[in-house]
Amino acid sequence: MLLPVLKRLGDMVVAMFGISVLVFLIFFAIPGAEPASRIAGRNASPETVAAVRLSFGLDQPLPVQYLIMMKKLFITQDLTSFVNRGYKVIPAVMNAAPITLSLVAGAALIWIVFGLLIGVLAAAFKNTWIDRLLMVMSLIGISMPAFWLGAVINLFTQSRWHDYWLFSWVPPLGYKPFVESPKLWALTLVLPCFSLAVGYIGIYGRVLRANIVEAMQEDYIRTARAKGVSESRILIRHALRTSLISVVTLFGLDFGQLVGGVAVLTEIVFALQGVGKITFDGLLNLDLPVIMAAVLYSALFVVICNALVDMLYILIDPRERTDG
Amino acid sequence: MAETVMTGEMQEGGGVKPRASGAQGPWALAFRKLTADRAAMVALAALILIALICIAAPLYASWSHTDPFRSNLDGQVMVDGKLVAALEQSTEGLGLGYTPVGPTWQLGNYFLGADNQGRDVFARLLYAGRNSLLIASGATLFTLIMATIVGASAGFFGGITDAVISRVLDILWAFPIYLLAICLSVVLINQSMKIGPITIDSGSLLLPIFIIGIVYVPYVARPIRGQVLSLRRSEFVLAAIGLGVPSSRILFRDILPNVLPTLIVFIPIMMAIDMLVEAALSFLSIGVQQPDASWGTIIQDGVGLLYTRPWVALSGGIAIALTVLALNVFGDGVRDALDPKAKLRIGAK
Amino acid sequence: MADALRNLLEVRDLHVAFRTSRGKVQAISGVSFDVAPGEVLGVVGESGSGKTISLLAVMGLITDPNAEITGSIRFRGKELLGASNKELRSIRGREIAMIFQDPMTSLTPVYTIGWQIAEQVRAHGPETAKQARDRAVELLTAVGLPNPGEAVDRYPHQLSGGMRQRAVIAMALSCNPALLVADEPTTALDVTVQAQILDLLARLRRDFGSAIVFITHDMGVIAEIADRVLVMYAGRVVERANKRDIFLEPRHPYTHALLQSIPPITGDRPRRLKSIAGTPPSLFAMPSGCAFGPRCTSRVAACSAVPGLTGEPAHQAACFVTGMR
Repeated sequence: MLLPVLKRLGDMVVAMFGISVLVFLIFFAIPGAEPASRIAGRNASPETVAAVRLSFGLDQPLPVQYLIMMKKLFITQDLTSFVNRGYKVIPAVMNAAPITLSLVAGAALIWIVFGLLIGVLAAAFKNTWIDRLLMVMSLIGISMPAFWLGAVINLFTQSRWHDYWLFSWVPPLGYKPFVESPKLWALTLVLPCFSLAVGYIGIYGRVLRANIVEAMQEDYIRTARAKGVSESRILIRHALRTSLISVVTLFGLDFGQLVGGVAVLTEIVFALQGVGKITFDGLLNLDLPVIMAAVLYSALFVVICNALVDMLYILIDPRERTDG
Repeated sequence: MAETVMTGEMQEGGGVKPRASGAQGPWALAFRKLTADRAAMVALAALILIALICIAAPLYASWSHTDPFRSNLDGQVMVDGKLVAALEQSTEGLGLGYTPVGPTWQLGNYFLGADNQGRDVFARLLYAGRNSLLIASGATLFTLIMATIVGASAGFFGGITDAVISRVLDILWAFPIYLLAICLSVVLINQSMKIGPITIDSGSLLLPIFIIGIVYVPYVARPIRGQVLSLRRSEFVLAAIGLGVPSSRILFRDILPNVLPTLIVFIPIMMAIDMLVEAALSFLSIGVQQPDASWGTIIQDGVGLLYTRPWVALSGGIAIALTVLALNVFGDGVRDALDPKAKLRIGAK
Repeated sequence: MADALRNLLEVRDLHVAFRTSRGKVQAISGVSFDVAPGEVLGVVGESGSGKTISLLAVMGLITDPNAEITGSIRFRGKELLGASNKELRSIRGREIAMIFQDPMTSLTPVYTIGWQIAEQVRAHGPETAKQARDRAVELLTAVGLPNPGEAVDRYPHQLSGGMRQRAVIAMALSCNPALLVADEPTTALDVTVQAQILDLLARLRRDFGSAIVFITHDMGVIAEIADRVLVMYAGRVVERANKRDIFLEPRHPYTHALLQSIPPITGDRPRRLKSIAGTPPSLFAMPSGCAFGPRCTSRVAACSAVPGLTGEPAHQAACFVTGMR
């Protein structure tokens, strides 16, 4: 059991190294403009550019530059912006992280619950109108841009029908920290999480339905029937249980990816000051250190998520355990 | 549940499983299956219709005498027989902002109203569709070509080549897609880029095509690699190698034709994904650049006017959702016809 | 025919058809047979002859909505065709248990052997989880699994094929079923393991007193274990008799051909084993008349009609040429 875990940890380190090198190359080695003037931002004075050059050791060879970048990011954590002089980037990302995490975790919760529900219901009522309706709804959910859905939700809950009883509970856009008011924290997050989850509900509902329908044709389902086990138990304990294995893999990938994925846009639409919004602001100001920090810390999160899922996989699929 | 019984013994007995009748090849069979799929055919018709309407955008613009790319800050619009300014001074607050004219619901006359530059939103919507479809197709093509080259080399040559390529693909795959796109565009957006003889200007559509195309290469390359790998180990390829058939001939005659169905299955799926990514990048203002339009930039324009002129944002989103829906339905049909066992999922990432 | 109450299972005139895109396909046509308590009935035939489907029909395991099943299936005098799902479920696994061909795929991969046996025990009885587990260990001991206390917590993939099939048999025996349906339980196993499993089944029949319906395509296995034999071809019973008669006085040309295709144990070795010319008919293109006709060497004009089973009750065959003997 220990060996596979160690192997995954090794994979994780390699992946993180690869990503950091890639980011480094994008920022420091793509030809065109000089990296220093890119980092210094728009219309920077020559002094600023010179300061950047000194700070990032740009007169040194590339491997050294890479080490300087990594040291500033992860060891001394004193990476500063040159567009907003003195703005400490790492603490800003750290302060924004809980917002992004709340958003993504909330969305994951919603999409797992509804994805499971839709997948199981559709499989149980295979080829009936319930199945078809659920699958059409899933497909529509997948086909909408999540950030646009967020904007449409805002249109109705913030403006058009805000005074209607159904949506009068919706608080103004923005984020309330959990420690200040757990209730407002939850209320402000419900709709952003939901808008983010819709597409994934569709994907998971479809994948799960397909997996369950496939599993229901396996020999072991016939064995279970021959044992006198009830249909509902066969569906849940046998077909769903075996289908979950592949869904857990998907979940790990998607959960990590969401942090640097659609969540960025959802944060903008719902005015949440998360990591995505910080990255976007960095993009608008052409403030590269901000993006560097946001990207690499997000990537670290993704890589950790993937490693955790791989380990979870060992837990739920006995065939993955090699100690047998 | 036919299968529960059939797998028992009847298939081996050659009984129940209907076989392809006559000398029809797998392609003809797949084509027949696809054309028999009513949902897929409706979706295909919708796609063709959408594409035709968007291609006809210049016709609409010249017919309605609008220039959808020029700011029209003090233009006038005929509404209910009265001339109204395309941009009206806001009556709220300090009266600093402008509110564009709303939808007239008359074709040729600010059908969906104006945006905050006073430009005809409907005309822009049509032009935007051209760009969105072009980027989605271009990025899909780019992804498939790159993925085939990369995946086939890894699977065919194996060894170190495979190890290196697989590692790089894994790393790219672990990279959050929008962040990778942001990184690339923040560096590339304000400068032109040279790849060999090709120069990409900063406002060029090639930039989003390149960015979207490259981030999805691992998504396609990994299954291709797996397929080529198993074909490489299959008996007919081993036999061909044993007979001394040159590698290039094996690759092009025996392996790539077998990978083709997978690639075709990927086309609608990738186009749907690319449409959504293009919208997202344009919304982040790192996709299509003003004054050009894509459905993503229309949503971006519309979000600023969300509470006063919601139809700007709504129209862009509805256009994307309908097109992506049609692509997904058609993609399901293509997959069922060509490769029903394919474990490809739509809407990944 | 034997007294109704003496028979555990009575199948009469069973028909199974499937509606397909290419028309209706008759998989089983008018199959009748009985199983007495404690006996071993061997059902033999090629793939596609309908042996598995007829027994799946008995178990109520044909879940295809396009299947049409008619006839009568009585278990202990109670009609099973048309019985409610709940009634069937209380019989399945408790009174009639089934063992399938491939022990690799017939166990759910994500649960331990013990869990899966306990599931069956608890589906039919009031046992607690602990009691069910103890019962699982007991059963695994009975089927001769080495180290049952540890094996109970093993996953299917951690056992060898033979061990897995023993676990499946243990599971099938968990409720002391009156009837055990074994669908080619040795086909997927090594020859030595096959013999062990056959021994095990014979022993269990002695110890547990279950009747066994043993489905196989292997006449050698039939010789080993069966009391009576049912020979099936293309969805029909073509001959039924006790084992001795089948082997010594086969009446149907198909049975005859089957026997010639196994190597004799004593006497001179034939230079070549005889195979049956031709292939079994496709269910989509059933020949009119005797289904074996096109492959039969003794074919006569009368064979263009479908022969019925004739002969004394203990030995019947469906053949115009040899059946009357």
